[in-house]
Amino acid sequence: MKTDTIAAIATAMSDSGIGIIRVSGEDSVSIIDKIYRNMKMKQMLTTYKSHTIHYGFIIEENETVIDEVMVSVMKAPKSYTTEDTVEINCHGGVFMMRKILDAVIRAGARVAEPGEFTKRAFLNGRIDLSKAEAVMDIIHAKNEFALQSSVKQLKGSVSDIIKEIRTNILHEIAFIEAALDDPEHFDLESDGYGEALYKIVKKIGERIRTLIDSAKNGRILSEGIQTVIVGKPNAGKSSLLNMLVGEERAIVTDIAGTTRDILEETISIDGILFRILDTAGIRSTEDIVEKIGVDRAKKAVEEADLVLYVIDSSIPLDENDEAIFHMIEGKNTIILLNKSDLFTVVTERDIRSFIGKIHEQNKNHILETNAECQNIYENRIIRTSMKERDGVALFLKTVKEMFFHGEIIYNDEVYITNVRHKEALQNAYDSLLQVRKSIEDHMPEDFYTIDLMNAYAFLGTIIGEEVGDDLVNEIFSKFCMGK
Amino acid sequence: MTEIREKYDVCVVGAGHAGCESALACARLGLETIMFTVSVDSIALMPCNPNVGGTSKGHLVREIDALGGEMGKNIDKTFIQSKMLNKSKGPAVHSLRAQADKAEYSRAMRKVLENQDYLTIKQAEVCELITEEYENASESGETIATKKITGVKTYTGAVYECKAVILCTGTYLKARCLCGEAITYTGPNGLQPANHLTDSLIALGVEMRRFKTGTPARMDGRTIDYSKMEEQFGDERVIPFSFSTNLEDVQIDQVSCWLTYTNEKTHDIIRANLDRSPIYAGIIEGTGPRYCPSIEDKVVKFADKERHQVFIEPEGNHTHEMYVGGMSSSLPEDVQLAMYRTVPGLENCKIVRNAYAIEYDCINPRQLYPTLEFKDIKGLFSGGQFNGSSGYEEAAAQGLIAGINAAMEILNKEMIVLDRSQSYIGVLIDDLVTKENFEPYRMMTSRAEYRLLLRQDNADLRLRKIGYEVGLVSKEVYEKTLYKQKLIDEEIERLKNTMIGAAKENQEFLIAHESSTLKTAASLAELMCRPELSYKMLSELDPKRPALPADVIEQVEIEIKYEGYIIRQQRQVEQYKKMEKRRIPADLDYNAISSLRLEARQKLIAYKPVSVGQASRISGVSPADISVLLVYLEQRKK
Repeated sequence: MKTDTIAAIATAMSDSGIGIIRVSGEDSVSIIDKIYRNMKMKQMLTTYKSHTIHYGFIIEENETVIDEVMVSVMKAPKSYTTEDTVEINCHGGVFMMRKILDAVIRAGARVAEPGEFTKRAFLNGRIDLSKAEAVMDIIHAKNEFALQSSVKQLKGSVSDIIKEIRTNILHEIAFIEAALDDPEHFDLESDGYGEALYKIVKKIGERIRTLIDSAKNGRILSEGIQTVIVGKPNAGKSSLLNMLVGEERAIVTDIAGTTRDILEETISIDGILFRILDTAGIRSTEDIVEKIGVDRAKKAVEEADLVLYVIDSSIPLDENDEAIFHMIEGKNTIILLNKSDLFTVVTERDIRSFIGKIHEQNKNHILETNAECQNIYENRIIRTSMKERDGVALFLKTVKEMFFHGEIIYNDEVYITNVRHKEALQNAYDSLLQVRKSIEDHMPEDFYTIDLMNAYAFLGTIIGEEVGDDLVNEIFSKFCMGK
Repeated sequence: MTEIREKYDVCVVGAGHAGCESALACARLGLETIMFTVSVDSIALMPCNPNVGGTSKGHLVREIDALGGEMGKNIDKTFIQSKMLNKSKGPAVHSLRAQADKAEYSRAMRKVLENQDYLTIKQAEVCELITEEYENASESGETIATKKITGVKTYTGAVYECKAVILCTGTYLKARCLCGEAITYTGPNGLQPANHLTDSLIALGVEMRRFKTGTPARMDGRTIDYSKMEEQFGDERVIPFSFSTNLEDVQIDQVSCWLTYTNEKTHDIIRANLDRSPIYAGIIEGTGPRYCPSIEDKVVKFADKERHQVFIEPEGNHTHEMYVGGMSSSLPEDVQLAMYRTVPGLENCKIVRNAYAIEYDCINPRQLYPTLEFKDIKGLFSGGQFNGSSGYEEAAAQGLIAGINAAMEILNKEMIVLDRSQSYIGVLIDDLVTKENFEPYRMMTSRAEYRLLLRQDNADLRLRKIGYEVGLVSKEVYEKTLYKQKLIDEEIERLKNTMIGAAKENQEFLIAHESSTLKTAASLAELMCRPELSYKMLSELDPKRPALPADVIEQVEIEIKYEGYIIRQQRQVEQYKKMEKRRIPADLDYNAISSLRLEARQKLIAYKPVSVGQASRISGVSPADISVLLVYLEQRKK
């Protein structure tokens, strides 16, 4: 039975030394052969024996080297999945692994579904039957996680664009299908419709192309370390955001005209992606509008990987700070004692004793009294002046260290989801190209809807929507059918 | 007591289009069959539109014919106009539609039934299903207590013992007809309804629902002014529905249909009287179909439309009655007359039969296996509107499959399930038993995802084999189909291997046909792929071409011209089949699979899919749930 070839990153997406990209399926060797070159830059992979490992390079389409790697070939049935398997050991790091996985996908593999390697290993008899329960749990858990991260991290604007494109496509299909279903209908003349459709499809294709390009820059999913800035009003939160956006080396801006979410920025600090959310200043308030802002901040903190707590060191700590400390319990936090250029009334010592006091009041507090925890916390209080740019370098260094030491965990499923989305977009784009080809070849109208429907389905996978009875519903709601 | 007690193999309840196919299939397979109807005069009645076929429905009729059913042959004998629809489109959406002489259609079918060996026709209302407890061994060896059908009882108390019952009750169960404020408790056309069977079904645990449909008025043709309408002709060269009908036998004198339109006056009358419409007044409980809306629905839902089409179609050769297609209604009689009389050509019309809406009981078809047998009652099958579909063709298709499978069960042979990649019938039944239907289900070509493969022109090549294997298609007929396939394959092979060089005369031919010239040699098949060239045109370059029948050439041309698309769909079919082959045991306990999401678990328990493929089409079951299910099944297998 022919199976397709799947690929995924097998190691964690952290800055560890070595990363592994695993490829499994009937065509895995021939697919990797396209992008692997040996020491002498020769295409040799298909000649290697099973269970051997080889030094060489992974290359781009234009033959430039992406990374030097060790590639191991394991032929069926002696592999994890019992299928032909190739593993690429590359230099670790988010960007290297991402680039190599992209190359593997371009060469013809598809991104593995969550838990798919395990599933294949089990179905092919590689995993003991007694482990079935565990295998099912893995598949379930990984899918749930992927689904959550996909829906949660998909930017609202992107999701809106995809919905709009799908609506457009569905409308075209419905028109053609309605005309096919009721050929004597005076309102539904689809003869010669190809010309009009060609223009529409071309335009939709261009929009998808834009999305693909942004997906390449990680701009579709809000990928990266989810970082939330909190603090009382006027503590310097926006200045921090502005500073970070100005500081970054590779600015990642949003797709032109697609985002209204001015509070959110994605930046890259030495290759680590941060998705930074500025929140409304937090203070106890009766103002409804402000309350909504505070509630949103709380929710953002709950979902955050990293919290940046900006404190104005020129004014004393108060009950609002207490509320914030409660809010950020259990979160990776860096406290920025801002406005160090002004007269200081709050010091590191004040903060620690403040925390201690809160802790005594509340035994469930995250800030455990053990020395280690206290120690980490000490290192995470940084004096800054956004105005004078004091302490900024130390802050950036701290952030990087936290990431490299694994204190902040990078959500790799988000990244993988992004790859899946890109693949779905590419498939949708290719389907629309096929529609155009059908029109160019003067195929009758009923051929257009085949690939229009494929495009519609591919786009649906990104926003988690099935096709179901969408078409039939569209036909009956938009066109007055039937005798 | 001296009540009547008789024994049969199969009882068919209903003599509409589903019942007729069911009864004929069983009797033809040698089973003693009895068919019940509330009125022998209403056998194969067409109580609504006077057509057979139409888009996608024409496909169904072809498939019924290929399997050995009767509908195609019967319409070929009794049609009065015929048209191939969508001829300017691709071959996959060509659909045959014929106007029937309704009375003749009914009479011809009755004649076939009356002359069928092993078939008894009985005018009686079946009121009760008789069952007994039955222990069924599951695939895993456990016994499942279930019910088994043993007979039926009629209103008069007569008992007919049998091994299988096929319910084809159409719109008769607790039927109620509405024409404005005038409500009658009758079946279609004022016929007697069947008021008792529903209670018996509910007592057996069957989940019932209520659907609604409607029909327009019939006019006295002598009161219609056709000069104000556009005449609609049939095709010059008629193509028969049945693969067995002789082409020359269907070249008859045809009648015309007529096209006219509603206008703002019509719509004003409707709007002014909406409060008297049973639907808008809330009197109708049943769900109606969106694809044949009443004229009041059209006016309300598409308020911006200035006019709607009205098709005036003859009901037969021996009557003046005309069907007013496009204007079904449940408005009161006086509003109907006023409304119809605003339509050009109908100013002086006289209504012979009023338009009406009809409500009836039917089942939630997810209680059925794809064989159309009830999951919980062995030996009980059903087809047609009873299963929540609509249309004569949809009914006949299900009736045929239910009939075949009832027979297969009794004969201890394997039942048939046509899949979505084989036939429209497969799509129809799979949709009914797998998807949530909230309205009477109608076939549409867009519902068939492998539409390019399921053409009306190749129904014989797709399904004759199955018809032959079950025993409804004779060896002689089947061998003809095999021979046809052989000719097609050989000719395609020959065209692919016949090379045309870049010689001068060949280039001149191409230039003459506005086709680009050859740089290197190309096969005849490659040239045929060009939109501007056809098989016929290329005969000039193809001196060794054998003489072939037209239907063979048609297949050759389609297979070559659309090869790329066809191959792509065939690849998708391979993927699809993999999942269809993974069977799910009937006694699978989904609650034991903790990794299934709750929604998926609930849906799977409700639908009890027979295969992983079917499970994957249930809404609310995700690909991840399917992966979990595959792992569970693998573990269970050992």
